[in-house]
Amino acid sequence: MQIRSLNELRPGQGGTISQINGGRGMVNRLTALNVRPGSMITKLNDGFMRGPVTIELDRTQIAIGFGIAARILVAVEEPAV
Amino acid sequence: MKILLMGNPNVGKSVLFSRLTGVHVMTSNYPGTTVHYSRGHMKRGNQQHEIIDVPGTYTLEPTCDAEKVALQMLDSGDLIINVVSALNLERNLYLTLQLLERKLPLIVALNMWDDAAHSGIHIDLKRLRELLGVPVIPTVATTAEGVKELVESLTRAVSPDIPVRSRDERWVAVGGIINQVQRVTHRHHTWREHLADASVRPLSGGFMALTILVATFMGIRFLGESLINHLFDPLFNGLWAPLLNRISGFWGGRGFLHNVLIGKLLEGEVDFVQSFGLLSSGLYVPFAMVLPYIVSFYLVLGLLEDTGYLPRLAVLMDSIMHKLGLHGYAIIPTLLGFGCNVPAVLATRILESKREKFIAVTLISVAVPCAALQAMIFGLVGERGGQYVAIVYGTLLLVWTVLGFVLNKTVKGFSPELLIEIPPYRLPRLGATFQKLWMRTYGFLAEALPVILGAIIAINILYLVGLFEAIADAAAPVVTGLLGLPKEAVTALIIGLLRKDVAVGMLAPLALNTPQLVVGSVVLAMFFPCIATFVVLLKELGPLGTFKSFAVMIFTALTVGWLLNWAL
Repeated sequence: MQIRSLNELRPGQGGTISQINGGRGMVNRLTALNVRPGSMITKLNDGFMRGPVTIELDRTQIAIGFGIAARILVAVEEPAV
Repeated sequence: MKILLMGNPNVGKSVLFSRLTGVHVMTSNYPGTTVHYSRGHMKRGNQQHEIIDVPGTYTLEPTCDAEKVALQMLDSGDLIINVVSALNLERNLYLTLQLLERKLPLIVALNMWDDAAHSGIHIDLKRLRELLGVPVIPTVATTAEGVKELVESLTRAVSPDIPVRSRDERWVAVGGIINQVQRVTHRHHTWREHLADASVRPLSGGFMALTILVATFMGIRFLGESLINHLFDPLFNGLWAPLLNRISGFWGGRGFLHNVLIGKLLEGEVDFVQSFGLLSSGLYVPFAMVLPYIVSFYLVLGLLEDTGYLPRLAVLMDSIMHKLGLHGYAIIPTLLGFGCNVPAVLATRILESKREKFIAVTLISVAVPCAALQAMIFGLVGERGGQYVAIVYGTLLLVWTVLGFVLNKTVKGFSPELLIEIPPYRLPRLGATFQKLWMRTYGFLAEALPVILGAIIAINILYLVGLFEAIADAAAPVVTGLLGLPKEAVTALIIGLLRKDVAVGMLAPLALNTPQLVVGSVVLAMFFPCIATFVVLLKELGPLGTFKSFAVMIFTALTVGWLLNWAL
């Protein structure tokens, strides 16, 4: 089991969110979308030029800004490349 | 009784609202279509209920202005219809539990029930009702399935006794419910999902975005021009002009009434663009010059909205928009601005911070010309050659970029990052898309026509009493010295405060050369918002913010006008 930031995941790779390092406001916004520790996610795409990362969670696609994605830590089964 | 329709964004609250009340409201396939509430009424037996369509929210701890509206509405309601998407039950139930803690009678409309079945999601309704303690009615708002049952069940809405929980406890409770009621079977990717993936991937997505935007622009031009050339121009020139010329002849071609109703004659004939009478330009400008572009713009925009493409565009534009102090979602208000700046300014409520709102609103007011203004620019500047239209648009794009860059460096505060749900692609329901087109077209005519006609009366009176000459003399140093325009052009700038389409029209009789016409159009587009935009600007930014925004507008408009005058 490895801990990676959402930005470091490969497209197609999935895992469970283990931690979110952010202020109250950011955590609030993420939690409201069910992006919170314990949620299982799959990364779909990297953003272009530090653009948003897209993930799939509970059959919903969510776009997450690069800066926020850097603060979301995900536990993955295999090491990311 | 006051009934609130509440739920997550983009679950179909507005569609359901239309079904319940018969009042049509804007619906689209992206979160944040409704930023303000709408009211309607529903008759049930001999009772009249007020129904309110509340902006969507994920939580009762608001994160943006649209969500604050939702929270404020909550205190005034007697009953809540909680619209829940069957596609994302888990996330939706979080709000349901929060609403239940408020102890208002509640009933759940489990919407998009058909999509859930197609997507392999099975929900045990009986168990869900037991666990929540309230009625749960499966609905498909777009086809009205289940709406009748929903209405009949309103009397069974209850407020079960549930504990007030902390955020984490609530999620645990949601998890517990989901485990008991939802079962998901695997199924293959549909073509729409493949398309969905491709449209946010940088390379294919960028290519798609470019193709879509070019097609959009060409589609709007083609449709707009076809309507003008094959419908409105023949009608006006073939039928209306001879009639007006007759009336004019009957009045002897002059007099105050003649000037107000028919306007000045050019070589003894009525000229629809230059005469400026109520029955000549007053009808020709809104119907034959502006309306065709309003129809074609909103048709194409409606299709983009209803397919769900716009949030994808927001994702692709995110890195660029960050350079302007905004995030990608600001592209949606910006696109709306190309139709009309009023809904665009209102739509900035989906942005989270004050700084973002200020930047977005200012950029829209300065550099995003509305459809009415664009139609007039196409009409008047386009006559002198396509390259000049390109100069006008190029200048505005440059101003948008540079001004955004400068505001990003100078405006205090923070700009949060993009965080949005991307809805699945949907095929637009044509009935709904045309309904929306009709609402927007009707809205244009209802709001613009009286102002246009009023402006024309005002212009005639101001000319008659000689007020325009006095103002023109006073403004001559700026208008002539700085912008290189004849001093009479100031009248257009003043009328621009009322309507920008009429204002551009007023440049027509001034016999401007092409560079002057380009400068005039650009300055009119940037300088000061029209009165309707001003009102919403004041509401959204407050007096101080509006004042600052104006300072930026006037300074930029004059600087750019002066530079253009010098360059051309």
